[in-house]
Amino acid sequence: MIITPFTPIASLLGGALIGLAAVLLMWATGRIAGVSGIAARLFPPYEDQEFAGRLAFVAGLVAAPVLVRLVTGSLPAQTIAAAMPVLIVAGLLTGFGSVWGSGCTSGHGVCGLSRLSLRSLVATITFMSAGIATVFVMRHWG
Amino acid sequence: MAILIQFAIGLLFGIGLIVSGMSNPAKVLNFLDVAGIPAGTWDASLAFVMAGAVAVTFIGFSRVLKLARPFFADRFYLPTRKDIDSRVIAGPAIFGIGWGLAGFCPGPALTALGFGSASAFIFVAAMLAGMVLARFVAQLLSSTRFVAPADPLET
Repeated sequence: MIITPFTPIASLLGGALIGLAAVLLMWATGRIAGVSGIAARLFPPYEDQEFAGRLAFVAGLVAAPVLVRLVTGSLPAQTIAAAMPVLIVAGLLTGFGSVWGSGCTSGHGVCGLSRLSLRSLVATITFMSAGIATVFVMRHWG
Repeated sequence: MAILIQFAIGLLFGIGLIVSGMSNPAKVLNFLDVAGIPAGTWDASLAFVMAGAVAVTFIGFSRVLKLARPFFADRFYLPTRKDIDSRVIAGPAIFGIGWGLAGFCPGPALTALGFGSASAFIFVAAMLAGMVLARFVAQLLSSTRFVAPADPLET
């Protein structure tokens, strides 16, 4: 494993930007900034008038590193250690689970906790615990 | 105009993910690795991401929701469900396993696409397939019940 430096200030600041984006989306569209919900609703069978807006939001997420690289000339480190089979399984579980549970880190974690939702608190504690348990098994068992 | 604003908001969200370190799976996994606390390799940064995000959202939501309506919509669309059903536990449990395996949750995974790595594309393709599958299964189940909600996975 790679040791990553503790970055409290950058993380707090980045977190605040994520929060600001969630607030702005609520102000603009009246909707929760839940990435799993927004991404999943780009596909059938879901259908409504908000498709273009959702696609624009996702395009913004994807474009962010491009903009950061243009402005600063570089991108921070990104290390994806998982091998291809693990990536596929992990992707399927992440996609299925976040939609099945009506939210992920942004919808339940950020927006839900901010609205003092008990459902979101239960969801957040559950995915944090499952994530911790999984990393423990992967790194420290066997 | 509304579309452009939503693109800009997505951009801001993505920049937040990059600045915060969430876009680096290694950092996420080192946060989830609690055995790293005694070992000294634990990266507590993500707790600060959450703190920053929740603090701003908590204050911001309370102000925005006092408005009569959103700027580009006729009303606020807030989750109304309050019950703790099996899905709101099973879903996050499944998601958490995926998160712990690769270090990606949906937002950072999409932003990782813009970094241009093949691994991110593979993960996102599988993730989107998983999302579509979940909606498909949920719809299949709900159509066999007496009451079929319009959107079975609405929060």
